[in-house]
Amino acid sequence: MTTSSSERGVSLGMPQLPAPAYPDDVRARLETDAREVIARYPDSRSALLPLLHLVQSEEGHVTRTGMQFCADMLDLTTAEVTAVATFYTMYRRRPSGDYQVGVCTNTLCAVMGGDAIFETLQEHLGVGNGETTDDGKVTLEHIECNAACDFAPVVMVNWEFFDNQTPGSAKRLVDDLREGQPVQPTRGARLCTFKETARILAGFPDERPGAVEEGGSAGPASLVGLRLARGETAPARVVHPRDGGPHDEPQHPAHRPPTAEHPSSHDAPQQTSASDPAHPAGPAAEEGE
Amino acid sequence: MTVAPELKDTSPEKLLAPVLSAFWDEDRSWSLDVYRRHEGYEGLRRALAMSPDDLIAYVKDSGLRGRGGAGFPTGMKWQFIPQGDGKPHYLVVNADESEPGTCKDIPLLFANPHSLIEGIVIACHAIRSSHAFIYLRGEVVPVLRRLHEAVREAYAAGYLGENVLGSGLDLDLTVHAGAGAYICGEETALLDSLEGRRGQPRLRPPFPAVEGLYACPTVVNNVESIASVPAILKNGKDWFRSMGSEKSPGFTLYSLSGHVASPGQYEAPLGVTLRQLLDMSGGMRPGHRLKFWTPGGSSTPMFTDEHLDVPLDYEGVGAAGSMLGTKALQCFDETTCVVRAVTRWTEFYAHESCGKCTPCREGTYWLVQLMRDIEAGKGAMSDLDKLADIADNINGKSFCALGDGAASPIFSSLKYFREEYEQHITGRGCPFDPAKSTAWADRPEVNA
Repeated sequence: MTTSSSERGVSLGMPQLPAPAYPDDVRARLETDAREVIARYPDSRSALLPLLHLVQSEEGHVTRTGMQFCADMLDLTTAEVTAVATFYTMYRRRPSGDYQVGVCTNTLCAVMGGDAIFETLQEHLGVGNGETTDDGKVTLEHIECNAACDFAPVVMVNWEFFDNQTPGSAKRLVDDLREGQPVQPTRGARLCTFKETARILAGFPDERPGAVEEGGSAGPASLVGLRLARGETAPARVVHPRDGGPHDEPQHPAHRPPTAEHPSSHDAPQQTSASDPAHPAGPAAEEGE
Repeated sequence: MTVAPELKDTSPEKLLAPVLSAFWDEDRSWSLDVYRRHEGYEGLRRALAMSPDDLIAYVKDSGLRGRGGAGFPTGMKWQFIPQGDGKPHYLVVNADESEPGTCKDIPLLFANPHSLIEGIVIACHAIRSSHAFIYLRGEVVPVLRRLHEAVREAYAAGYLGENVLGSGLDLDLTVHAGAGAYICGEETALLDSLEGRRGQPRLRPPFPAVEGLYACPTVVNNVESIASVPAILKNGKDWFRSMGSEKSPGFTLYSLSGHVASPGQYEAPLGVTLRQLLDMSGGMRPGHRLKFWTPGGSSTPMFTDEHLDVPLDYEGVGAAGSMLGTKALQCFDETTCVVRAVTRWTEFYAHESCGKCTPCREGTYWLVQLMRDIEAGKGAMSDLDKLADIADNINGKSFCALGDGAASPIFSSLKYFREEYEQHITGRGCPFDPAKSTAWADRPEVNA
């Protein structure tokens, strides 16, 4: 963990007073929802994660009031609920924006441009990681791998996919969000607010007409293998001979791509064409053409 | 078909085998109607006509192995469930797909969720379970939406609920969204999380098959493993065994990503090679060449361009010193700094370490400090041995495999690219320009 104890909101001072309760009408409504969630499980405690999503859908983050509510519903202590709420990264612990913009900066997305996108957005929005714009619209975060590496670099808004982003497209995206323009994910349904998203996560299906089918059956990258297998796209279109090396490799001579004499050569389990230094990475261009 | 006969052996039609992905391009592929039009739930009818024990034996004979990373035989996992013990049995589907590079279950569930639901009903019949759970990572709302809808459809059509298709099987299915924790992809941490606790791995034994969810016998299977079962029942185990190898039979989803011309999902018999996949899909991005890649996510030791012909099945990848893992083929070209890549993965493991086991909690922290120093040109040569030493103190010394996963990129990158580490130290900095690695590096007009 890289955050300091103060950033994580840990206080070692005086104990806090008990959290204020929800207004009666809110509590009654949430209790009805909570009972429905609890009924899905053989053991009520299993409902804790969905209930934390539920209270997050009420206030936009998990408050002490929300945690007290979960504890009451499940007959747990607030300490037990807090222990869980602080373990999982999707539970926000302070007020945040309507739109959570998460830029994947795990290795593959970072290398493919996620780092540049994240830097651009920080500069463009004037906020740092985990911070919210003054208008309360956008909370910017860097996130870990979101299982869409074939669409890298990926940006998530309220956990909807925005695939194949660039710094420019990401800037336009956050501008649209702040201006209230309609924004369509590349896969999935029209965006809803963070609170509405949290309600779906609590296990209440998205009731908006057409929401399930929006975004089509599959993203383009999901279909490339299928189309090749059907012969719908031409196979073996390796467009560039890879025997001459790239034009833009690092200038430092020590950082050329691995060649036959790099330290791993003797560890190779199999002899492949990599042993031919003229063809280190792949097929001849004309193969299959 | 316009491919010349002599090219047949290397043609995509020959090398690929779309089964789960066979109709992802159809309109509303995720719906029950379309699924049934492709003989959906036919496998279930055959399964329900078999006794549970026969069904387990059938799946075992098919040779299906777990697609979530470890490759454990699925039928054997089912067989471990004690019978006649008087306790409820549970099936928990691990849909917490979070391993860096792994991106197969999410598109599968988005485009074809009923294959999973049918597999769940079959598996529950086999292990005599009347309640199954899908533990989906929370950060994928579009998939959650379709799972909600697919489960609703399945209940309405009588595939779930009381007396499934008149078989006497009662089955409830609960879709459960996680809340952001990579560790919950580890099966015992997943069970703790599903019980409403912090997701921390359990000491084994007891194994989940004996004491899993609520201390009852539980099978935890990966999405793709379960989703592959209906096709085996429908087309037969011999059909399944006609693909792949003796020990690694069948088809699977390979996820190609990174600096390749055509990233995406490629469903093929086990044993295809990265060279074959690259050949048919256009290779690396134009003008670049492969530097390093992972066969199955960041936790599997990396490979280089020397491993292009390794058969991508459990044995082939294992013999070459790595693991098949999730078949997440993340490919990086020569513009990529391996130190940067490993630093980022290491930061991930440090962030996601649940904190339960000291070697992992402390070790990943110190690995990050060393890696950051080295990447920034502030490292010393002795740091390289220190890195290997710390990784060695994590590897195999924690409850779960997260620590092993953290050690893998360190060990394998030092093995293949030690001189690149040394260059960061002697050159007092990273010699690579990250701008050249971006998806738009060769398309300057995009950088607006």
